Amino acid sequence: MHLTQSTVGRKLLMAVTGLLLVGFITMHLLGNLSVFAGPDGINAYAEHLHDLGPLVWFFRLIMLALFVVHITLGVQLSLENRTATPVNYSIKKRMKTTFSSESMLYTGLILLAFLIYHLLHFTFQLTNPEISAHNLPLDAAMRPDVFTMVVLSFQKVFVSLVYIVGMLALFLHLNHGLSSFVQTFGLNNGPSQEKVTLGGKLIAVGFLLAYIAIPVLILARFVNV
Amino acid sequence: MDLTLHVWRQKGPKNNGKLETYPAKGISPDMSFLEMLDEVNEGLIKNGKLPIVFDHDCREGICGMCSQTINGRAHGGQERTTVCQLHMRSFQHGDEIFIEPWRARAFPVVSDLIVDRSSLDTIMQAGGYTSCHTGGVPDGNAHPIGKPVADYAMDAAECIGCGACVAGCPNSSAMLFTSAKVAQLAVQPQGKIEAKARVINMTDALQAEGFGNCTNHLECEASCPKGISIKFIAKLNREYIKTIAG
Amino acid sequence: MILDGKTPTGPIEKTWDKHRFDMKLVNPSNKRKFKVLVVGTGLAGGAAAASLGELGYNVEAFCYQDSARRAHSIAAQGGINAAKNYPNDGDSIYRLFYDTIKGGDFRAREADVWRLSQVSNNIIDQCVAQGVPFARDYAGYLDNRSFGGAQVSRTFFARGQTGQQLLLGAYSALSRQVKAGTVKMRERTEMLDLVVVDGVAKGITCRDMVTGEIQSYWGDAVILATGGYVNVFYLSTNAMGCSVTAAWKAAKKGAFMANPCYTQIHPTCIPQTGDHQSKLTLMSESLRNDGRCWIPKKKEDCEKTPGDVAEEDRDYYLERKYPSFGNLAPRDIASRAAKEQCDDERGVGPGKRGVYLDYATAIERVGEHTIKERYGNLFEMYEKITDENAYKRPMRIYPAPHYSMGGLWVDYNLMSNIPGLFVLGEANFSVHGANRLGASALMQGLADGYFVIPYTIAGYLATVTPGTVTDEHPAFKESKEQVQTQIDTLLNIKGKKTVSELHRALGKVMWEDVGMARSESSLKHALQRIPEIRDEFWNNVNVTGSGNELNQQLENAGRLADFLEFGEILATDALHREESCGGHFRTEHQTEDGEATRDDENFAYVGAWEFKGNDKAPELHKEPLKFENIKLAVRSYK
Repeated sequence: MHLTQSTVGRKLLMAVTGLLLVGFITMHLLGNLSVFAGPDGINAYAEHLHDLGPLVWFFRLIMLALFVVHITLGVQLSLENRTATPVNYSIKKRMKTTFSSESMLYTGLILLAFLIYHLLHFTFQLTNPEISAHNLPLDAAMRPDVFTMVVLSFQKVFVSLVYIVGMLALFLHLNHGLSSFVQTFGLNNGPSQEKVTLGGKLIAVGFLLAYIAIPVLILARFVNV
Repeated sequence: MDLTLHVWRQKGPKNNGKLETYPAKGISPDMSFLEMLDEVNEGLIKNGKLPIVFDHDCREGICGMCSQTINGRAHGGQERTTVCQLHMRSFQHGDEIFIEPWRARAFPVVSDLIVDRSSLDTIMQAGGYTSCHTGGVPDGNAHPIGKPVADYAMDAAECIGCGACVAGCPNSSAMLFTSAKVAQLAVQPQGKIEAKARVINMTDALQAEGFGNCTNHLECEASCPKGISIKFIAKLNREYIKTIAG
Repeated sequence: MILDGKTPTGPIEKTWDKHRFDMKLVNPSNKRKFKVLVVGTGLAGGAAAASLGELGYNVEAFCYQDSARRAHSIAAQGGINAAKNYPNDGDSIYRLFYDTIKGGDFRAREADVWRLSQVSNNIIDQCVAQGVPFARDYAGYLDNRSFGGAQVSRTFFARGQTGQQLLLGAYSALSRQVKAGTVKMRERTEMLDLVVVDGVAKGITCRDMVTGEIQSYWGDAVILATGGYVNVFYLSTNAMGCSVTAAWKAAKKGAFMANPCYTQIHPTCIPQTGDHQSKLTLMSESLRNDGRCWIPKKKEDCEKTPGDVAEEDRDYYLERKYPSFGNLAPRDIASRAAKEQCDDERGVGPGKRGVYLDYATAIERVGEHTIKERYGNLFEMYEKITDENAYKRPMRIYPAPHYSMGGLWVDYNLMSNIPGLFVLGEANFSVHGANRLGASALMQGLADGYFVIPYTIAGYLATVTPGTVTDEHPAFKESKEQVQTQIDTLLNIKGKKTVSELHRALGKVMWEDVGMARSESSLKHALQRIPEIRDEFWNNVNVTGSGNELNQQLENAGRLADFLEFGEILATDALHREESCGGHFRTEHQTEDGEATRDDENFAYVGAWEFKGNDKAPELHKEPLKFENIKLAVRSYK
């Protein structure tokens, strides 16, 4: 299958899976931001999700597939690129390559590690069981109290730091990934490159700010239980 | 002016190489970079040492033979400038200059600063042409080609095949080189007919020759001494999508 | 000996068609049995190898560069002529034929030039089919411009990189054949000998420039498309690797060297800045379409900033001397005029060897934007080299050796006097006479490669049995030993002078004594000096390194050794040709106002020299030139 083996085909798959994952983090962000609406926001949201039942699992499987493809190809391509340059220059000055574009593999792996932690933390609720929704009393509307779990979690500096670091990695990853998508899909005509790069950066900054707003504002006690 | 050079010396493909230091004294700002190396070589010969070997030929920026990474930048990194067009007035008295060959698995070092770039020829052989016969072609004006299209094709066709895009690319990918030919031929009626097979065959050859994958660092565009735009890589990607989509 | 060019007879416009019909053909199924060696992969060699491979011959192609795409044809900037008459301005095959004969100062064969003009149109079609991005107008049709020496617009161009685009077209066709397996490409391989068996060319001996291995290759025919020899002047616009070596090795095996004294000095090059100079850079002659050449009238103004020289103190010498052609006067005239002004101590720039080429008037007339559109890349190139902005300050230009009209003698079939040895492009002497017009070199290279040799080589191969001589023949072993001996000799001299020092010394003599203006005394001086330098070379050159590795000093030394023999033939030819014509100007033969005087009565012939060894005088063979279609006339560009 040419698409999964060729140099351009795999690049396209990286771009498509990447974009779909961006779609996911967008949805996820919108859901998360409901934490600012208090327990009635996020707890309702969590319950809605829960009510979807098998659909949630279907969605999770798709997500898993996307991650597997994106990560496998990403690692594979990076390793190939490394073999393609067996000897390094004693001095190398980059003219257009950015820290973001060069560190995609690393930021990607950090994100993977973060993802695992995040799942253990909020989905499987294993890292901080004492403040997990499983163990907390139900809220006033008899829903699992996700809100309290989130707020209590992020009041721990270490947890917040992990999330902030994770989101910085996300920012770097998206900073290159978003504009790269446009180029990979052939939507760039040369002069548009600067705008595309800027657009990608702004969106990435948007994600960063919106995502870290949650731990930061909780840490700063703007949001309390 | 006086300079200190750190030059990659490597006797042959199988030998190990290392940076050697040479003084370059009394260099005139009017010299080209290669003339400076000529001067250094004359000194080495007089001292009974082996001169530095480097690829060069036309010395006017068009043959694509010269290929040196100077202070970490392909061709020295000046806009639209090959090594042979780089002049010593861009340097200052006392400068240290690092000179290394192109580095890529697909470009094995032959000797000192000379690398083997036949992998680029292989990519061309995979489809960088229209399959027209000698003779038996229609009149040159039979297919009008709009000026913007002709200009676009010419922008792509300016590639001199020097390999700076590969040398600059952190992944050692030859995508800019490949895309320039794919794009030049894809937009013209004469090349359109084989466009689908071409984009597949040329990119497959690129991969088979051991070049890396393009991850849109854009370093190739900055390294290119002819200013070939990465819009041609975007064009190649479009051509690929069209082909895969059927 | 009187040489026979084997030109077809009858009405000129029928000659090529008739000849094509008269020639024998090789049966398609037999073609692959014939092995053809093509040396050089520029426009002529690349096009020939691609076309012959496609026809089914078993082709091996050789080049000294690391890729066939880098041959020096790539550096041609201006354009390529063709008699398409797209602009409807009165062009025709006949007019291109006429202009080329006249431009060549009546020293070329009529039938060869006719054929060139006839196939010129096919070349454009061929290149378009290959995807060469020629300049187009807004309606999408091919654009033309006018070029030095012509009064019609017949020059097709691809920005300022026409040679590059045409070469890449030929290279792409060649690449297709390499892929198809009909052509075996050998890069970084330099031909160092021609193998002749029983008077017939049967192979070549080469050095692998990476491993140093000496290897022979056999073929049923050998094609040399190895370019020109103006690096004999040391400083020229040719690439550093351009040499006379392949042609000269053939000459030493008996091929005649024709009209070596016809060298073209290009008027618009960037002047030299000092002794470190390794080559000169040409800027397209199209620059003269809008630029005006001038120098200060007074010597004391030469040091001034050009803007400070008052209008009335400027001498627009080309417009003054040649009112009808003005700044578009042919190359030889423009070059010599520049030299005369500098000899008169009115030159400008370093060493006062330069004249101004001024765009102020043109910028005033059409605006800087238009000038930028026309010449942007050339102005950029000029600034890169000189650090001067030509929009603000006139360019400085000076002539430089650029092209050699002379070369190995060939008949109408492009075959030399050695059967089986064909010579194409700049390496032969055929179509440009004593002077080549702008945008004609590309035309000739591609004509020879695409449209002449595929026919004429068949005419020869049909008469030979393929594979009768292979590299097992003792002549190949002998040739390899000869080459090895020369290499060993060079490496063992271990003298005091570097190759480039000696090349510079030769170049100085060639440029000063055998350059733009030659006299009996200067030529005799050169004929005395060249053997002296040659002796010094063979006794005192220092070639570092060894023979079995990549050794650029050794490569250069071998090339210089050949220039040192060839230079003498060039000067001998110049001395014998007691007339001034085209690129050959003898100071004894000029009118009172300094115009060249040709001597048709005594010199309307091709002078083909047979090399007899360094200690013997070469023998002159003549091929008389007949002009049946164009009346011999004094070339006047006044």
